[in-house]
Amino acid sequence: MKITEEMVDYVSILSRLKLPQEEKTRMTGELEQIIGYMDILNQLDTSKIEPMSHTFPVKNVLREDEVVPSFPREALLQNAPVPDGEAYLVPKTVE
Amino acid sequence: MSLLDLTALELGRAIKRGEVSVPEATQAALEAIQAKNAENNAFITVLNDRAMEQAAEIQKKISAGELTGPLAGVPLAIKDNICTKGVKTSCASKILGDFQPPYDATLTEKINAAGGVVLGKLNMDEFAMGSTSETSFYGPTKNPWDLGRVPGGSSGGAAAAVAARECWYAIGSDTGGSIRQPASYCGVTGIKPTYGTVSRYGLIAYASSLDQIGPLARTAEDCAAVLDAIQGKDPRDGTSLDVPCGHLLEGLTGDLTGMKIGIPTDCFGDGLDSQVSEKVLAAAQVLKARGAQVEQCSLPIMEYVVPTYYIIAAAEASSNLSRFDGVKYGWRAEGYEDLTDLYNKTRTEGFGAEVKRRILLGTFVLSTGYYDAYYKKALQVKAVIKQAFDAAFQKYDLLLMPVAPTTAPRLGESLSNPLQMYLSDIYTVSVNLAGLPGISIPCGLDSKGMPVGAQLIGPALGEQKVLNAARAFQLDTDYHKLVPTIKGGDR
Repeated sequence: MKITEEMVDYVSILSRLKLPQEEKTRMTGELEQIIGYMDILNQLDTSKIEPMSHTFPVKNVLREDEVVPSFPREALLQNAPVPDGEAYLVPKTVE
Repeated sequence: MSLLDLTALELGRAIKRGEVSVPEATQAALEAIQAKNAENNAFITVLNDRAMEQAAEIQKKISAGELTGPLAGVPLAIKDNICTKGVKTSCASKILGDFQPPYDATLTEKINAAGGVVLGKLNMDEFAMGSTSETSFYGPTKNPWDLGRVPGGSSGGAAAAVAARECWYAIGSDTGGSIRQPASYCGVTGIKPTYGTVSRYGLIAYASSLDQIGPLARTAEDCAAVLDAIQGKDPRDGTSLDVPCGHLLEGLTGDLTGMKIGIPTDCFGDGLDSQVSEKVLAAAQVLKARGAQVEQCSLPIMEYVVPTYYIIAAAEASSNLSRFDGVKYGWRAEGYEDLTDLYNKTRTEGFGAEVKRRILLGTFVLSTGYYDAYYKKALQVKAVIKQAFDAAFQKYDLLLMPVAPTTAPRLGESLSNPLQMYLSDIYTVSVNLAGLPGISIPCGLDSKGMPVGAQLIGPALGEQKVLNAARAFQLDTDYHKLVPTIKGGDR
């Protein structure tokens, strides 16, 4: 399958990545090679096979609704790149 | 004989008898790390003072009879994608910066409860994506057997640290071979347990349906002891299994009478190094001599396993890694204009090339128009792969195959061709797709003096069989006792 730079641009937007031109060109070629190789799966007729996400049957896992302490705010904010003591700071998003 | 040449269980017994103190053992390991880390770069973080404090506390508890397990007081190191409270956990990525988790992973809690002294955090491929440990933001780890070669990956730091006698055992993670392949390249023993038997709570996710934590150590016996300490149901991991565990060590008999081992001929074809093939087949003879019935069998899925794995793993990675955005933790880029720009800049500059490749690939296979052709198709082929293993385990207790097609390549060789690197995962990824236990055991050296690993694979929850066969092999061979003599990298 042919992978174009436009396709890489599109998945980059979805991925929140913005590759410099040189990296984009290289990545386009590499992805074409990798995805081309994956087409080998089409040799296998899977029309009657159910997709399997987990090898063990996974059921809803329920637990008692008990109140437990949550993490202290300071402990979580300690790792934030730009905190203000109460919240994570980001550029203004709503005008 | 140096303290560091003991196995983890031997050291545990020496500590229990009072012949060695926990601080003595910890000091010896810290000195070894100090001497070797500059050349092999196995550690990202070394916890000198903290480890000595922990050693003193654990010694008190052992002396008071409060800690009695076989690994009490034995120092270890942990891969840097497993959360350690207050200790930098980086996933070997720039984007996590100096992230210090506010909590311990369940694994870390269990190691603490077993009396483990944590020496530090181990280098790895960035976010566990890679087969060479060269994609680390903190520089590549080097193979203790030949510093010009890679240690394998992604748990390369773990394998190198155990091989170089810097710790008695290490904890790694395995999504597509990341414990077994570096164990093979570095001549140590490493097991990926059945999916769901070790809690993933606090393991920073790469591909959640495939990720599993496990040990790398000198022997199968040591691995059994570590699994006894770390397996078990955890309410904080919804995929963790409620099954009996904790008795693997006492179940090791070394007797293989009546055990049936299949050798899939599909795994010994083109692309497999002839010396690796020879050593793995020779391992089969050792198992036979100890009472196992060994015969050739078929596993007709091998050409499909790598594409299936990379589609599923990349898809899950693209979703899991969306949480790294420069807002909540870790590193944030500078000079952004608005929120979208903040995300774009932080992620583009914060992730390395291999991680970005897998995020883009995963986003592609999940995107509208391609989902059915790639992602859904891969989930269907995964079912086919599982069925092929089910059929094999109807007839055999274990399967024996190589871990990797070659011994450790030279540094830099794999980075230039990502697809080539992916293909080298052919013998390990199917085990993750089917959720099975698999172990890598040293089975010789090639003509360059580099270790070769043999892989034993069992049915789901078949850890006891896998470990028992590995133990039997190690009772009759000395490959696991070989010590690397570091050379400058010209073999």
